[in-house]
Amino acid sequence: MSLLSDPRWGEALSHLPDYLGNHVRVSLAALALGLIISLPLAILCRNRPVARSVLLAFASIVQTVPGLALLALFYPLLLLAASVTLSWFGVSFSAFGFLPAMLALALYSMLPVLRNGITGLNGIDPALIEAAQGVGMTERQSLTMVELPLALPVMMAGIRTAAVWVIGTATLSTPIGQTSLGNYIFAGLQTQNWVFVLFGCLASAVLALLVDQLLGLIETGLRQRSRARTAIGGLGIAALVAATLVPSLARTSASYVVGAKTFAEQYVLSSLIRDRMQEAGLSATARSGLGSSVIFEALKAGDIDLYVDYSGTLWANQLHRTDIKPRAELVAELKTTLAKEKITLLGELGFENAYALVMPRKRAEALGIRTIADLAAHTSTMSIAGDYEFFSRPEWAALQKAYGLAFRAQRQMQPDFMYAAVASNEVDVIAGYTSDGLIAKYDLVALEDPRNAIPPYDAILLLAPKRADDERLQAALKPLLGKIDIATMREANLRASGNDANSSPDAVAKWLRERIGAGGAGK
Amino acid sequence: MPSTPMIGYAHVAKTFGRVAAVDDVSLDIAEGEFLAVVGGSGSGKTTLLRLANRLIEVDSGTITVEGEDVSRIDPVALRRRIGYVFQSGGLFPHLSVADNIGITPKLLGAPVGDIAARVDELLDLVRLDRSEHRDRLPAALSGGQRQRVGVARALAARPRIVLMDEPFGALDPLTRDALGDDYRELHRKLGLTSVMITHDMTEAILLADRIAVMRTGKLLAQGTPAQLAASSDAYVLELLRTPRRQVERLNERLPLGGAA
Repeated sequence: MSLLSDPRWGEALSHLPDYLGNHVRVSLAALALGLIISLPLAILCRNRPVARSVLLAFASIVQTVPGLALLALFYPLLLLAASVTLSWFGVSFSAFGFLPAMLALALYSMLPVLRNGITGLNGIDPALIEAAQGVGMTERQSLTMVELPLALPVMMAGIRTAAVWVIGTATLSTPIGQTSLGNYIFAGLQTQNWVFVLFGCLASAVLALLVDQLLGLIETGLRQRSRARTAIGGLGIAALVAATLVPSLARTSASYVVGAKTFAEQYVLSSLIRDRMQEAGLSATARSGLGSSVIFEALKAGDIDLYVDYSGTLWANQLHRTDIKPRAELVAELKTTLAKEKITLLGELGFENAYALVMPRKRAEALGIRTIADLAAHTSTMSIAGDYEFFSRPEWAALQKAYGLAFRAQRQMQPDFMYAAVASNEVDVIAGYTSDGLIAKYDLVALEDPRNAIPPYDAILLLAPKRADDERLQAALKPLLGKIDIATMREANLRASGNDANSSPDAVAKWLRERIGAGGAGK
Repeated sequence: MPSTPMIGYAHVAKTFGRVAAVDDVSLDIAEGEFLAVVGGSGSGKTTLLRLANRLIEVDSGTITVEGEDVSRIDPVALRRRIGYVFQSGGLFPHLSVADNIGITPKLLGAPVGDIAARVDELLDLVRLDRSEHRDRLPAALSGGQRQRVGVARALAARPRIVLMDEPFGALDPLTRDALGDDYRELHRKLGLTSVMITHDMTEAILLADRIAVMRTGKLLAQGTPAQLAASSDAYVLELLRTPRRQVERLNERLPLGGAA
């Protein structure tokens, strides 16, 4: 019963109108666009075998691209398109969130619609098409009065499959900035909040099942030529769409959007910032679970207003620098460089979240390993795990080069699972984060970096170009600067890694705010 | 025949790939005539019929309808003025009996009220109960009823010509007989020119004024049953012998003056 009485269900439920409304909106738009493209294509190529196989092959290939990758691909594509339209026509559009999600999902919906459309049209008794000609129908009349009505049940079955696919895949649009039921799943996975994960899965499954059943009703209604069934199904769909969209449309949209990357610390910090802003009388929402490369572009384009990044990350990924400077110098240089792109580096939060090679303390002591240089002698028999981006980052190349590291094997892992993996000797070393509370919890040690191969990673607050002169916003945020030391952040992260009611980002943010005493100072 | 034929075929040929489906056929059908085209499967009789309303286009030769070269008439307009009865009905399964019957007038843009009145008139004409059948879907009809609807649909736009592709072939003998008689009566009453495809010589003799015999794309003979009987062609004579043999056997086995 403790699972059911968990207050996190209530918290999850409070997000439902927003998440569900956005989920339905993007699914509906994607499905509509998919149908608008696929149905005419199916009609056009029904009598053209070559075009038909090319089209079906294309749609099948799209289907084999993993949903997450397809969604992620549309973001840079649209960014490029937006910059082209900006330079050619002077108009730009947001390449973030709704648009890429809708386009990718629409592409995803094409295969079942095309396949069933073509099958339905080709499956019509040729004698009936002949009869249509014989009674004096033109080709168009034969299509609209005979072929399409007869193919409709089969087409409807394809639309039904597409709808279920789109609703399921839409949960993956969270990392490119489209709010969806996936927000529960991504946030839950990052913060080990299984209530959220379960809630998100249940919500999207229930939605998919409902839509499937209602479309099924329309399909059998069409098949049995029962107007009543078709009407009930149609009304059900309309009611469902209205019920999910109206609450989210009624909400006034917040003026500020706080971005967050895909790990617990970011969820906590975005909640903290949002709460701080609301306290200062600014309306703000957090948009969390954004991919590391998406988030900076989103800030630059003004799709989000502010977020927390780390100095070393920008140094390597945005400035493409491989040299290393002391903390303060690096932040100062970053600040001037970002200012050229009109991005404001408001200041440091106080702690550093650097990459560090981490291993169990006892094992390190037994092997006499204190620094990465000590570790180098053992790497040929050891395995290392890192997050999804670590091994493709310049810091990893720098580390390998500086110390001559050559591990036996390397694995990619969900960051929150790495610490448990190294503690249980599943892997020998992990590329962890210095601010992570799990280092203390599992009695791990972060190895020293005497050759300074890893740059400093100060947590810094970035503001979008359009907020460069927003004094009210900057005044609201100032009380947070320099207030969060590494010990505090570690404890906050440890709390967030728990699996109870007090471990949700909102709860930890509240604790953090009380701890640093930032409340009230801006008033 | 002094007047222009209702349908005229002059040296008409059509090949599919390397098969000559219709091979140099010349045939005139007079106004008000009921012609049966008889032949086995693959004889080209169905192709011959479809050439007339341009469901199939000729390779060479000329076809005229009411004196006009069909190649100069828009095929859609041509089909709307010629009734066509399909094998086993060809009814649209998603449309009610009334909508099936009224389809050609609807395509011609007739007012809804006129179409409804015409549908009722046609249901009476083909002897189907109006209130019982009008709103049914074809799936709810018997084979004979379906074919009656097929005939009604062909007549809906008041055509002067009706083409029929083995219209009664799939029906049981009693229904077939009744429907044949009813159609023959309609043909006379409405002053139609009818062309019926059949593989059954008995049916042809009983219903048609004249019979054309086809084999491997060629027109072997044409004429009244009596004229055909004088033919020198072995195949034609063989076709004519079959109904006669059936009659003899019937007389032998079924004593006259019995209950039947």
